[in-house]
Amino acid sequence: MTTELFVQYLFAGITYGSIYAIVAIGFNIIYNTTGIINFAQGEFVMLGGMIAISLLPLLPLPLAIAAAVGLTMIIGALIEMIFIRWLKSPSVLRMIIITIGISILTREAAVHIWGENIRALPYFVGNEISTIGILGARISPQVLWVVGVCGVMVAILHLFFQTSSVGREMRACAANRMAAILCGINPRNMVTLSFVLSAGMGALAGCVMSPITYSQYDMGTGLAIKGFTVAILGGLGNSGGAVVAGLLLGAIEAFSVSVVPLAFKDAISIAILLVILFVRPHGIFGSGEAARLKAF
Amino acid sequence: MALLEIENLHRRFGGLHAVNDVSFAVQAGQIKAVIGPNGAGKTTLFNLVSGALVPSSGVVRFQGREIQGRRPFEIAARGMARTYQNIKMFTGMTALENVMVGCHLQGRAGFLASMLHAPWIWEEELEIRNKSMELLELLEIADYAHIEATSLAFGQQRAVELARALAMQPALLLLDEPAAGLNIYETAEVGRLISKIRDMGITVLLVEHDMSLVMDISDEIVVLCFGEKIAEDLPLAIQQNPDVIRIYLGE
Amino acid sequence: MKRFIVLLPLLAVVVLVQLLSTWTGTQFYLTQMTMAAYYSLLIIGLCVLMGYAGQISLGHAGFFAIGGYLSAALTTHNLVAFKGVAVVRLLEGCALLQAGKDLYGGELLVVTPWAAAILAVLVAAAVAVVIGIPVLKLKGHYLAMATLGFGIIIYRLALASAWLGEADGISGVPPFVLLPGLVVRGDSAGRVQNYYIAWGVLLVGLFLLLNLIGSRVGRALRSIHGSEEAADAMGVNCARFKLQTFVLSAVFAAIAGVLLTHFNGGIGPSEAGVMKSVRYVAIVAVGGMAHLWGALIMGVLLNFLSLRGVFGTYDDAVFGFILIVIMLFAPNGILSLLASRKKRKANPQKIAANQER
Repeated sequence: MTTELFVQYLFAGITYGSIYAIVAIGFNIIYNTTGIINFAQGEFVMLGGMIAISLLPLLPLPLAIAAAVGLTMIIGALIEMIFIRWLKSPSVLRMIIITIGISILTREAAVHIWGENIRALPYFVGNEISTIGILGARISPQVLWVVGVCGVMVAILHLFFQTSSVGREMRACAANRMAAILCGINPRNMVTLSFVLSAGMGALAGCVMSPITYSQYDMGTGLAIKGFTVAILGGLGNSGGAVVAGLLLGAIEAFSVSVVPLAFKDAISIAILLVILFVRPHGIFGSGEAARLKAF
Repeated sequence: MALLEIENLHRRFGGLHAVNDVSFAVQAGQIKAVIGPNGAGKTTLFNLVSGALVPSSGVVRFQGREIQGRRPFEIAARGMARTYQNIKMFTGMTALENVMVGCHLQGRAGFLASMLHAPWIWEEELEIRNKSMELLELLEIADYAHIEATSLAFGQQRAVELARALAMQPALLLLDEPAAGLNIYETAEVGRLISKIRDMGITVLLVEHDMSLVMDISDEIVVLCFGEKIAEDLPLAIQQNPDVIRIYLGE
Repeated sequence: MKRFIVLLPLLAVVVLVQLLSTWTGTQFYLTQMTMAAYYSLLIIGLCVLMGYAGQISLGHAGFFAIGGYLSAALTTHNLVAFKGVAVVRLLEGCALLQAGKDLYGGELLVVTPWAAAILAVLVAAAVAVVIGIPVLKLKGHYLAMATLGFGIIIYRLALASAWLGEADGISGVPPFVLLPGLVVRGDSAGRVQNYYIAWGVLLVGLFLLLNLIGSRVGRALRSIHGSEEAADAMGVNCARFKLQTFVLSAVFAAIAGVLLTHFNGGIGPSEAGVMKSVRYVAIVAVGGMAHLWGALIMGVLLNFLSLRGVFGTYDDAVFGFILIVIMLFAPNGILSLLASRKKRKANPQKIAANQER
């Protein structure tokens, strides 16, 4: 394999990997505050892209994206308030089924609003043929947008959780819900906030990826399962691990294309998920003892 | 040969040494008690013996065969039954059905035979049902046989759990705090019941906080503190053991 | 014998529906009733897995597809070109192949439906064992995602391999002669007969499962659901029981896949789709999880309505909606709402006491 081709594949891997990492972090935020895996996580990404595309005739691109992210955050909040908030200690099975139902309803709403067509936002800079040369490979500038925006998002999120008081309260809820309640934190609001946050992150990722990977009403399931793979690979609840695992899965997928037919690309990442679940369900970066302490 | 022999048993959780080099034996026909302050490792010890936890090192020998590291269902099949400190009823099943699960090992019906409803299954079911009913009568809770077990009062659930363990026809019965949450009369009742169980030929190993009960019924007592065995003796001697008095009353 | 009697009213309803459709000249409904019966066969199998053994599977359409696709591929792919190969000759010698003529009068040599069906079901069972051993060690979200992943892999394989017809699926699947005179096929002449074949299979399946859950095995499965730790201590080999149930439900799904594919004369990748698996889970949930009759009634009702196109373009949305509403308001199924209302009337104090706890 030539250097150019290698770099080409590598950047493809990083692009997809960043998206997977964002979806995985979305899973983690909600998992940490609620213990729920939100199967509708991929739908946030779809909604972000689709709404931005629809708003584009009315607003300039940055405003359209901002509005799409804002709207998706509101949808995230509504989903939590309507379906999750008032349930008293529901079983895991019940929560799985409810979030699957939400994902189906969102998808079906999308297909009735936007149809089955594949759509895309325009490239933020230049167009589909403009490229930047890196180590002899030709890379679309949008790739840098994806990587840059995802990187900034992860950094801001890290700062938010570590330094802001709201972020600390969310972490407190994740660590010990009852103790957090006794300290005067309302865990319900924190759960809503976690849905808003992960919806917003998903939507923004959906916007920046749209020019390259396109947006379609049914993209959510595939993204959700890959995001989950990454979340598991990095250790459920561990966002730093998710970034590394995301880039790893992206790279594996990108390079696998040179070995097996494109049609099997998804099958490979799912096979990785299955293998990881069987061999190290606590992830390659998580510890077994810590994973056992969490309520699965 | 003792019925149950525990030799140099260890179990660590990360840095915590929950059970540290514990050895003792339970003779057939005995009632043996394990006591100790909270966090002494009593329940961990039970989980190690019954197979719910795997020891870090050490040997557990039951009826002459090593069983450490075996799965709980295998150990159960060799004749060990247990109850839990915080009762574990089968949710959604009646008291009678709970006890009938205790008879699981005496049944033979597998998937195929059950689906085809082979003729001998009817008899097997009837036998299991009658036997379970007898046990409920023995424990004086037959009136509640067809009530969902989790909706029974606490003391009754304890009785169902005991019936379920007896249904396994065990050689050794592990009782994890059988009197927890019971009043003084119920506790005395439980004491009489445990003696009765021993008279049925079942060896009993129990963990208990209620000292009067332990002193009343046990043949021998093991004292654990911070995972280590500090004494093993007859009840009267334990009462006078200075180490035991120190850990219970403070320095 | 008691359980035979329980099935008699259902048998009567089945016959009544057929007679009614004949009298009123609405026999075309029987086609959808036949298909609904096959889907319901899968659903009652899944009901035992989910409701009694307590294991969720979001990949059961995968087992349906293994059954359907394998029997379709084996009974349609022409082996004339391989006539000289030893394996093919051996198969022919064992009477596992049947000759015929294709549309253009060319020579056709395919595997017999019986051989294909048995192989397909065996493969589904084998896959269930291989997948089940590691997957059933997982719990909750992990199990859900792993089975979902399995379903997607099957879907992708169907979509990506030319042997399985890619996006078009496989068509031209021949009729399945179960016994001389008893043929699974989709034409209008065999409509009544196929209606009875499908319902006969479903009734037998229901009978077997009712026996199962009313027995020692069923009790063990429910005890695993109630408290796995305690069941283990009672000597119940939880891993083996879960695996056997998983395989059993996979076999039910595969049989449904085989028969429905012969009835429809073909199968497409949508049968392996995630949405199908979710739909099956939804129906089991509506029926009340641990409720075979509920699963059966809802399976027939909802599949029939869906196949009649009552839900129009909102087909999937309806199932998503049902899923959410049931899980939010009646996690024990629709029938439980009626039951609890009755109970509340009968004994208000006890219910109130239970709720306080």
